Amino acid sequence: MTLIEAILLTVITASTPLLIAAIGELIAERAGVLNLGVEGMMIMGAAAGIAAAITTGSSAAGVAAAILAGMALAAIFGLLVLGLATNQVAAGLALAIFGLGLSGVLGAPFVGVPRAGIGKIEVPFLSDIPFLGPLLFRQDPFVYASFALVAGVAWFLGRTRAGLVLRACGENAAAAHALGYKVLRIRFLALLFGGACAGLAGAYLSLVLTPFWTSGMTSGRGWIALAIVVFASWMSWRAVAGAYLFGGVTILQLHAQGAGVPIPPQAMAALPYLVTILALVLIMQARGGGSTAPAGLGTPFVPDR
Amino acid sequence: MPGRVRHLSATMPLLEARRVTRRFGALVANDAVDLAVPGGQAHALLGENGAGKSTLVKILYGLLQPDAGEIAWRGAPVPIPDPRAARALGIGMVFQHFSLFEAMTVAENVALALDVPEPLPRVAERLVAVSRAYGLPLEPQREVWRLSVGERQRVEIVRCLMQDPRLIILDEPTSVLTPQEADGLFATLDHLRAEGRAVLYISHKLEEVRRLCEAATILRNGRVVATCDPRVETAASLARMMVGTDVGAARRNATAEAGPVRLSVHALSLPPPEPHGVGLDGASLELRAGEVLGIAGVAGNGQDVLFAALSGEQAAPAADRIILDGAPIGREDITARRRRGAAFVPEERLGHAAVPRFRLSENALLAGHATEGFAPGGLVRRSRTLDFVDRISAAFDVRKGARDPEARALSGGNLQKFVVGREILRQPRLLVVCQPTWGVDAGAARVIRQAILDLARSGAAVLVISQDLDELLEIADRIAVIFHGRLSAPLTAAQATRERIGLLMGGAAMAEAA
Ligand SMILES: Nc1ncnc2c1ncn2[C@@H]1O[C@H](COP(=O)(O)OP(=O)(O)O)[C@@H](O)[C@H]1O
Ligand SMILES: [Mg+2]
Repeated sequence: MTLIEAILLTVITASTPLLIAAIGELIAERAGVLNLGVEGMMIMGAAAGIAAAITTGSSAAGVAAAILAGMALAAIFGLLVLGLATNQVAAGLALAIFGLGLSGVLGAPFVGVPRAGIGKIEVPFLSDIPFLGPLLFRQDPFVYASFALVAGVAWFLGRTRAGLVLRACGENAAAAHALGYKVLRIRFLALLFGGACAGLAGAYLSLVLTPFWTSGMTSGRGWIALAIVVFASWMSWRAVAGAYLFGGVTILQLHAQGAGVPIPPQAMAALPYLVTILALVLIMQARGGGSTAPAGLGTPFVPDR
Repeated sequence: MPGRVRHLSATMPLLEARRVTRRFGALVANDAVDLAVPGGQAHALLGENGAGKSTLVKILYGLLQPDAGEIAWRGAPVPIPDPRAARALGIGMVFQHFSLFEAMTVAENVALALDVPEPLPRVAERLVAVSRAYGLPLEPQREVWRLSVGERQRVEIVRCLMQDPRLIILDEPTSVLTPQEADGLFATLDHLRAEGRAVLYISHKLEEVRRLCEAATILRNGRVVATCDPRVETAASLARMMVGTDVGAARRNATAEAGPVRLSVHALSLPPPEPHGVGLDGASLELRAGEVLGIAGVAGNGQDVLFAALSGEQAAPAADRIILDGAPIGREDITARRRRGAAFVPEERLGHAAVPRFRLSENALLAGHATEGFAPGGLVRRSRTLDFVDRISAAFDVRKGARDPEARALSGGNLQKFVVGREILRQPRLLVVCQPTWGVDAGAARVIRQAILDLARSGAAVLVISQDLDELLEIADRIAVIFHGRLSAPLTAAQATRERIGLLMGGAAMAEAA
């Protein structure tokens, strides 16, 4: 295995949780709900995932628990912002803090308990192709799942009637309501999907990437996923570019530190975040300040009956 | 027997509202309303703003549920729990405020309204066929934000026709159209009638109603006050039924000699405030002391930028683009312009002209802090602002519960009288006012228009930006038209016919008139 190959492999593992969480948030935002609590849902997924996996001894049970934990937090958020029409920004920040705190409690008995990670799936023959083979066809299930998710979401939004209705809710909730669509129900389902993805991304962290639990192990990835959605201008395929850009810079930064580049490690560690901000600024500039955000993003909707 | 059956079906209403009541909190928006629309009839629903017309049709379309009463379709009571149920019966609706999705294509917008899903290409095909059949050309692949207001309405109508409805409800469809676009709509409505479809038509343009409709139900404060045949009524008699009293036009005194030029704007260009908006493109005008100049135009043609440039909310590119009494003021801010004797009334009364949660006295202070001596030495003299509020209320008949309520507690008409009165009482040399009577009742509109005329006769220069052509024809001495950020040369009151202005509003013959 060459160094390049090794680096690319780590880039993929660094990018996958970002991509999964971002694609879930993208759906929620296309439906018009801004859920800033991705970090909280993700870390709850990580904690619930490892807890269930260690208790039952089954990775599949861990993944399922992570997804359910993410959805449970999303459901709480949904009740607040859809049922009670509370401010989405405030509720989202609260959700992030709540998830971080609760995951610490949930994960406490499992701190440092080691566990074998989830193995890789090798596609027969194809994985033997030099260079590309191991990169593309010898990966863990999450990597395949992340791309399946992106393709599925792109198809759903662009080609299906349900996707059209979901976009309509994010574009103009009042008009969608006037046509007879159940805006709040659709938004709730979108939020649940976002929660499931965030939980799945969390499971990746605690079951694959660092297969044990430490509190706060998401270390800001949920916030990055939010930035990736903006970076992607709410388009599913562009989220891949955003996630891999960020994942790539994170890994490069690690290798640069290892190679002894004379820059303080703190500054290097900040590099991925700086690059993200820079990319967002450049994108906004290129777009002439206009926004491609769903027009109804973040606006509460209260139908009167 | 067959004759009898035909007779029955001719008298049995297609749609009936029976004793429909709907409350919003303490307010009774519909109070035991009865309405009957026979098949094939064009039926008008008349009433002032806030009379309860939109509430009633939303109930008919399943968007609101009545608190009491029932809806009957072909004589049988039916529940209409949601718009889908209404569409299944054969009811279609074109909303007062367009309910389109800006970022989506025409075809997607239409597909969203279909209850039996169809693949987009099929929708596009059918949509083109329907729009051809009714003479409402549309391009299925265009995004809605690129469309003019008239085209958007076509989308709404075609969307409704795709369901082959028996009854089409139109809520104030012409209030946003140019006269020519409105004529196009009337032709479409005639076509629909000829096909035997019933139309429930909401408007407060009475001439229009007299021309189109065979029957009318008139609402006042949520109650049915009359049903009549509008063709045998006059516009004045219909207005009397709507308002409950006689409504006159504002009285114009003999035209005074126009004085010297007070305000002039030279080739003013400004970028649009948002990416898909309209800015100003070389706009020029001259406004003399003692005259009212009207700026007509369909919404979204640069009116907001023109107002912002004149008021100083947006600076002009160079000081000499805007000249007030000989002084270049293009780069001065709003307070500096107020000190020179200018006054401004923006379009949006709640949120722009007045802070909703501030008391009237505080709102008076916000506008007059620099000119009225409300806060000598930086300390607010509450007695002075209160006194000012009292004077406005007396002069403009502002009706309110308390002496000094929050702005949002006033009804639209009363708040509008307050914000207009707040500026006019200062005896400004220049008044720029945007949509002075938008959405206010006829009585308040009359007070405001009269005050504008009186101010001009006392020697002030007044610029009125309005989408209401009737209003401009009533009060303006000259009328210019704004289209796509360009101003036409003004027409004098004598030259300004509906047709000429309507053509300019639609963008036709701009070069010829300029
Ligand atoms: N959702 C609502 N909540 C509270 N009040 C409302 C609501 N909708 C309408 N109203 C009130 O009901 C009255 C009738 O409104 P509406 O039916 O829109 O009148 P119109 O269409 O005749 O102008 C108005 O006083 C309005 O303020
Ligand atoms: Mg209405």
